[in-house]
Amino acid sequence: MLALPGEDGAIIAGGQSLLPLLNFRLAAPSCLIDIGRLDELRRIVEGDGYIEIGGLVRHCELAASAVIGEAFPLLHQAIGHIAHPGVRHRGTLGGSLAMADPAGELGACCLALEGRMSLQSVRGQRWVGAEDFFTGIYETALAGDEILTAVRLPRRGPGGIQIFKEVARRRGDFALAGLALVAGANLSNPRLALLGVADRPVLAARTMALLREDGSAMGSAVDRAVAQIGKEVDPAQDPAYPPAYRRHLVQVLLRRTLAELSP
Amino acid sequence: MSIGAEVPRDRAKRLLLGRGRFVDDISLPRMLHLAFVRSTHAHARIEAIDCAEARALEGVVAVLTAAEIADGVASWRAEHKLFPAMAAPEQFALARDIVRWQGEAVAAVVAHSRAVAEDGAELVDVSWTELPNVVDGKQALAPDAPLLHGHMDSNLAYTTVIEAGNTRKAFESADVVVEETFRFHRHTGVSLEARGIIAEFEPGEDRLTVHQSHQTPHQQQDLYARLLGLPEHKVRVICPDVGGAFGLKHHLMADELVACVAAKLLARPIKYIADRMDSFLADIHCRDHEVTARMAFSQAGDILALEVDDLFNAGAYGQYPRTSIAEGNQISRLTGAPYRHEHYRANLAMAFLNKGILGHIRSVGHPIACAVAERLIDLGAGKLELDPIAVRRRNYLHGDDFPRTSVGGVEFEHLSLRDCLDKALTMIDVARFREDQAGLRAQGIYRGLGIATFVELTAIGPEYYGEGGQHISAQETCLMRLEASGTVRCYTGATDQGQGIDTGIQQVAADTLGLPMAAIEVISGDSALCPMGGGSWGSRGAALAGEAALRAASTLRHNILAIAASLLQKDAGCLDIKAGEVVEGGITHMSVAEIARIGHFQPYTIPHGVPADLTVTARYATTGRMFLAGNGLQIATVEVDVESGIVTPLRHLVVHDCGRILNPLLVREQVRGGVVQGIGSALYEELRYDNAGHLLTGSFADYLVPMAGEMPDIEVAHIETPTATSELGAKGAGEAGTAGAVGAILNAVNDAILPLGATIAEVPITPPRLLKALGRI
Repeated sequence: MLALPGEDGAIIAGGQSLLPLLNFRLAAPSCLIDIGRLDELRRIVEGDGYIEIGGLVRHCELAASAVIGEAFPLLHQAIGHIAHPGVRHRGTLGGSLAMADPAGELGACCLALEGRMSLQSVRGQRWVGAEDFFTGIYETALAGDEILTAVRLPRRGPGGIQIFKEVARRRGDFALAGLALVAGANLSNPRLALLGVADRPVLAARTMALLREDGSAMGSAVDRAVAQIGKEVDPAQDPAYPPAYRRHLVQVLLRRTLAELSP
Repeated sequence: MSIGAEVPRDRAKRLLLGRGRFVDDISLPRMLHLAFVRSTHAHARIEAIDCAEARALEGVVAVLTAAEIADGVASWRAEHKLFPAMAAPEQFALARDIVRWQGEAVAAVVAHSRAVAEDGAELVDVSWTELPNVVDGKQALAPDAPLLHGHMDSNLAYTTVIEAGNTRKAFESADVVVEETFRFHRHTGVSLEARGIIAEFEPGEDRLTVHQSHQTPHQQQDLYARLLGLPEHKVRVICPDVGGAFGLKHHLMADELVACVAAKLLARPIKYIADRMDSFLADIHCRDHEVTARMAFSQAGDILALEVDDLFNAGAYGQYPRTSIAEGNQISRLTGAPYRHEHYRANLAMAFLNKGILGHIRSVGHPIACAVAERLIDLGAGKLELDPIAVRRRNYLHGDDFPRTSVGGVEFEHLSLRDCLDKALTMIDVARFREDQAGLRAQGIYRGLGIATFVELTAIGPEYYGEGGQHISAQETCLMRLEASGTVRCYTGATDQGQGIDTGIQQVAADTLGLPMAAIEVISGDSALCPMGGGSWGSRGAALAGEAALRAASTLRHNILAIAASLLQKDAGCLDIKAGEVVEGGITHMSVAEIARIGHFQPYTIPHGVPADLTVTARYATTGRMFLAGNGLQIATVEVDVESGIVTPLRHLVVHDCGRILNPLLVREQVRGGVVQGIGSALYEELRYDNAGHLLTGSFADYLVPMAGEMPDIEVAHIETPTATSELGAKGAGEAGTAGAVGAILNAVNDAILPLGATIAEVPITPPRLLKALGRI
């Protein structure tokens, strides 16, 4: 239906992003395509070396999944910050990622976890890495006729680190800034994704490199990483929450995260 | 006894069952829907409005602009004769020629559904010429500022000075002087149910029936009659369930008036329900003051003098019919009011600017007056190295100070400030808190304790609006009717928006009549059925409508007993009514139901001369007293994350004296709700505009309201000092929570960050503001 000429349809799943857009008259699709009953998109599948989460899996289902809790505690930590139970019972992983809110928790998590998105249309299926999926504020690699059917997350080795942190004004509000840190034991191969500080979820590549070099979360290495991440992020102008504030928050969050890792 | 009983409000069960009936739940035959085209500019000339495309849209019935409604509705001015020098520019239901704030309604689209009306509104093409705007008071009052209103020579809406004693001398001779400049940003009162109206006009009878989410049905009846040119008795305003009001809903709102005009022009029912964007743009706003204040102390800690300079960033117009002056006026009159000091000067400058109209929202002016004085006392105590609680106790008005008219001109019958403080200190161990505080600081955890004492102006007397020339009733009348079965209908002019005043009145009637509460129903919110009254605002229900109910019930009781006495051949003085029975000592003679039956169906058995009216009325208004002042104090503790700037309220105590308490459960809930709104004002709620006068907080994503998850438990205790001005002895209770919470939180945050050498005097205390104060960003 998305591919039909003359139609300007919009996919609706949980409706937690689309309905506000419709309410504000920011979106005016000619029709809504409800994919809510496509059960095959509502599965969590354990594959060889990866776990695949269907696009229609709801936040509450992720939070209730022992498989996810064991493999990706990061997601469980993050879901606790997503709005409130009403939203978590309707909102879906695919909807959240396709919305690509720069302050969205799950986008940053997928980025940190090296997720790959399955984009499907009548033309076929393609896989896009999280780094390439998010292309700007509310913008993704999804073509007009594609839907996000699943996210594939590679399993991590044992003894690894997964930490999610954010600061919001009130419980469940959009994050003013947040981070998702994923690494092996002893902070090896760290991946540090940030939310709320750019037009999309971003990796703090230079800070990651520094952490990899220092191989430590102690003492002066922490100070160096915190200083580096302050230089690395460049939040947009916002009269209520100026860039200096968000930059400061990312530094605070990184310091707190690394403090948890020090013995 | 019903008075003093903790009974839930009578509407609660129905509302919790989801069976509330709010305006939007009502649907009338042939009803049409309204949406507005609102100004996209803060200040602009309307060159042309092209409605052709909107009118052509299928489902659109009419598009109205100022020109189409000019003959149907009069203009108005927000005048107040007690403030004759206050500017009161003419206002129109739809903007004529010039818009003066973003969101001002310029055209109305009437359609078969709201969605189509909104589609139509998008098709209305307005040609604007932008005009230079002013969005803050200082800029507005600068000599070369662009003018909002061409007929004025500046944007100064009003200025006044209140003075007592000689502050200049007192400051010169003081041992210690503290000064602070405060910024209280603009917010609003967010009700769960937005404003809404259904207007229905019957041309065959010249009759307007309005269902409206409102606090003051009789005021609206008068306004609609006068502005639409209808006989008043042909206008009926019905307020069904109202989902919170907080002062938002006791004004005339232009968009609601347009619904009435449209109903008259089209002779069809018109529904308009404000959505949240409409609400933030066009509801009444509040606060938006910059206050510079100084307090002088003696070495011993006596307050010697206080000076207050208030720059009031008002809106584009004064609010009608009450005007916008009260917030500035209350700040001038109330700052420092709980304390004994002889030298006082308050200067008010009220500026028009290109923002939404400011009006009366819960606790008008109180939170600012309270926060300013309480912060200055903490600063003074700090400089004097005295215990801030001791400084307060030392300076509280007490004992022989009463009765007293404060230096700001507020009359106090009695304030129980020391009693409230003593009670509060039994609820929190301050010494223990200080100990913990010091220990936690060593771990980098910053906690603070703030105290704020307030007086609460309630139950406004009739002189304020009477002398002001407004048709606003400060009198309450109760009509009480004994039904033939012995149950009672009680009609009041007060209205219930969730605070439960219906239940309070029911308790008063039950007690006075000697009937069980279940035998009494209170009916409110209908300008045709209920006796003329003021509605509910300014904490007046219990004190005024409660007293009127007490008087009506006394009369009805008197008549019931007179009938009983004549039937029983007894002296009425020996008889009493208990639990619905007429008794004499331990003997039960007959039931009230029996008297009701005889009174209605066998009146011939009652001798002439016996007062046998079973429908009675009584009225009550205070005399010679502008307000009944209550008082109290709040203590807040908070934890400040000095790295993220997030403030977490920990405990919040309120000790409050509102005179006689009709229903402790409902009073506590009022106080708690008020505290939550005060915490909202202190930490979250802000209507932010950019420099072009565009509102940046048009939804709940950006305008933050306090949510249950962030709120502390709010512990409420009472001192009960009944007022001697009425038999019932009740004062109002609705302002207290909001009045003190901002000051308590502001002081608590400042106490927390004191060791870091920082202070903050701007609310809401947002994380970036706090971190800037701390020098961290």
